[in-house]
Amino acid sequence: MAKRIDVSGLSAYYGAHKAIDDISMTVEPRSVTAFIGPSGCGKSTFLRTLNRMHEVTPGGRVEGKVMLDDENLYGSHVDPVAVRRTVGMVFQRPNPFPTMSIFDNVAAGLRLNGKYKKSQLNEIVERSLKGANLWNEVKDRLNKPGSGLSGGQQQRLCIARAIAVEPDVLLMDEPCSALDPISTLAIEDLIGELKERFTIVIVTHNMQQAARVSDRTAFFNLAAVGQPGKLIELDDTERIFSNPSVQATEDYISGRFG
Amino acid sequence: MSHAIQDRPVQTAVRHDPLRHARLPRWSPLAIAAGSIAAGVGLGLAAGWHSRIQWGLLAALFFVLGTYAVTAKVEGSRQAKDRVATSLVWVCFILAVIPLLSLAWVTISKGLETLDPYFLSHSMNGVLDAEVGGGIYHALLGTIEQVLLATLIAAPIGLLTAVYLVEYGRGKLAQAVTFFVDVMTGVPSIVAGLFILATWNLMLGFGPSGFAGAMALAILMMPVVVRSTEEMLKLVPNELREASLALGVPKWRTILKVVLPTAIGGITTGVMLAVARITGETAPVLLLVFGTKLINENPFEGAQASLPLYVYEQYAVGTDAAISRAWAAALVLIAFVMILNLVARGIARWKAPKTGR
Ligand SMILES: Nc1ncnc2c1ncn2[C@@H]1O[C@H](COP(=O)(O)OP(=O)(O)OP(=O)(O)O)[C@@H](O)[C@H]1O
Ligand SMILES: [Mg+2]
Repeated sequence: MAKRIDVSGLSAYYGAHKAIDDISMTVEPRSVTAFIGPSGCGKSTFLRTLNRMHEVTPGGRVEGKVMLDDENLYGSHVDPVAVRRTVGMVFQRPNPFPTMSIFDNVAAGLRLNGKYKKSQLNEIVERSLKGANLWNEVKDRLNKPGSGLSGGQQQRLCIARAIAVEPDVLLMDEPCSALDPISTLAIEDLIGELKERFTIVIVTHNMQQAARVSDRTAFFNLAAVGQPGKLIELDDTERIFSNPSVQATEDYISGRFG
Repeated sequence: MSHAIQDRPVQTAVRHDPLRHARLPRWSPLAIAAGSIAAGVGLGLAAGWHSRIQWGLLAALFFVLGTYAVTAKVEGSRQAKDRVATSLVWVCFILAVIPLLSLAWVTISKGLETLDPYFLSHSMNGVLDAEVGGGIYHALLGTIEQVLLATLIAAPIGLLTAVYLVEYGRGKLAQAVTFFVDVMTGVPSIVAGLFILATWNLMLGFGPSGFAGAMALAILMMPVVVRSTEEMLKLVPNELREASLALGVPKWRTILKVVLPTAIGGITTGVMLAVARITGETAPVLLLVFGTKLINENPFEGAQASLPLYVYEQYAVGTDAAISRAWAAALVLIAFVMILNLVARGIARWKAPKTGR
C-alpha cells in the first residue's frame, strides 16, 4: 500500500544549528524520487525527518508538517515507533545485526515487534529475500551469520529486512555508495521492481543513478557552509537532467559547480 | 594553485639509507641473553652478593645494554633503538611473570600436600588447631553463597545503571551517577564492610550472616560492573540501534534484543572479573559474616565461613597443620577464581557476534 508524502514548511535542527530550512514537496505514491545535492546540504537529514529518525539524534528537532496520505507524522498523538513501521529505511552502510543469522535478520522487524505467526515467518522471509534478489545466493545458508555476506549481499539483506515489515514507503540513503557496479545494478533493478509496491525515496551522489532509477528528482543546495540546506527544485527526472528551470541545478548536474 | 606548487623548493639533497645492510643472525637475542645471564651470575658471585634478585637485575641490565651495543655496532643506531625497545619489553614481561609463576608454584606445591576429597568435603567441626584433618567444605559453601548473592544484587543494578548511562543518560542526573560510580570504585573494602555493619547490623539490629557480607561485596562489585558494561555498550555501533529503530522497534526492545545481545560477551566477562575480584575479599567478610567452624547452609541466618577468611584464620593459628590447611584453601580459592574466568571466556567466545560463512 504505497502512500503519498506531502511535506510542508519543514525545518530540522541539530541543537541550535538549523540543517534544513522550510522544505515543501510532494512525493507521489508508486514512484521513485531521487534526492541530489552537494555534501552537507541536508539530504540525509531531510530523509530522516520522513520517518522520525531525526529526533533519535541528540538535540534533533523538527518544525513543520509531513503528511502521509492524510495523517500528519508530527501530529501530537502520533507514535514515532508506528511511523517507522510504516516508513522503512535502508542506510548508507549495510548494517545487518551481527548476532543474528540471515534468516533472523530478515525476520528481525517482525520478531522484535512481536507481531507474527510462526507459520508465516518462513514464507515472509522467503518472499522478502526473493524481493531483494538475494534468495538464490543465500537459500542454502539461511542460518549462517548475516555478517558473513559480501557488502553488496549485506545491503540487499538490509533491503530484505526493511521490506519484510511491509512498509508503505521505503527511504534509501545512498544505498549503493559502498558497492561495486554489479551489486549497484542489482539494487537499481530491485528499486525498479519495488516501486510497483512502495513509494521510494533515494538519496544518491551518482547522477547517472538518479537518471536511471528515478521518476522525479529533487535538487538540494545550501547557500554557504554553515547555512541551512534548501530545496532548489523538484521536477520530473527527465526535465531536471535536460532542461532544469534553475541555473544552480544545471551547474550542479553538469559539474560546473562552485 | 598550480603556481604555488611550482614555487615550492624542490628537494634533491635527500639521502636515502641503503636498502640492504648487515643484519644480526636470528639467534643473537638468545645469545645476548645467555651471555648477560652468565655475566650477571658471575659478577654477583664475584662481588659476593647473596640475593638472586640482584643477580637477575644485573643480568637484565646487561641484556638491554648488550643488545644496544651489539646492534649499534652491526646494524646501525635506528635498529639498535628498535631492538632495545624489544629487549625492554621482554625484560618487563619476565619481571612481571616471575612473581606470578612463583606464587602459583608455591601455592600449588604447598597446597597439594593437604588438598584431597576429604579436605573438600568436611568442615572444621571439632578439629583442634594443632590437629591435622578438617576441611573447607563450610568455607567453600559460604564463599559460593555469598558471592552468588552479591552477584544477584550487584549485576542487575550495575547492568541497568550502565544501560541508563549509555542509552538514556543526559544532563545532570547522568553526570551525578557517573561521579558516584567513580567514587564507589575507590571505596576500600573495609569501609564498605563498616557501612553495612553500621546500617544493617547496628541500626537495624541484624546479626552476622552471609547475606550481610554479600551486601558489602555487592557495594564493591557494582561500580566494576557499571564501568565494564558501560564500555561494552559504547562499543555497540550506533548503526545497529538505528537499524532496529528504523524497523519500528521500540527503544527498550532495541536495547534488549539488539544492543545487549551484541555486547553480551563483553558484559559477561566484565561481571565475571568483578566476581573474581570480590571472591578474595576478607575484610568485609570478617566484619559481617564473622566466620565459623561449622557448616551453615543458610546465608541469611547466623555466622558463615568463607575461603579468604578461612585462610586468614588458619594462618593466624600458626600451627603446622593449620598453615598447610591455609595453603590448601588458598589453592582452592585461586582455582575457583580461575575456573570463573575460564567460564567467562567461554561464554564470551560462545556469545560473541559471529562472522564467517
Ligand atoms: N549528528 C549531527 N549533529 C550535528 N550536526 C549534524 C549531524 N548530522 C549532520 N549534521 C549537519 O547537518 C547538515 C546536513 O547534514 P546531512 O548529513 O544531512 O548532509 P547530506 O546532504 O546527507 O550530506 P552527504 O551527501 O555528505 O551525506 C551538515 O551541515 C551537517 O554538518
Ligand atoms: Mg548523507
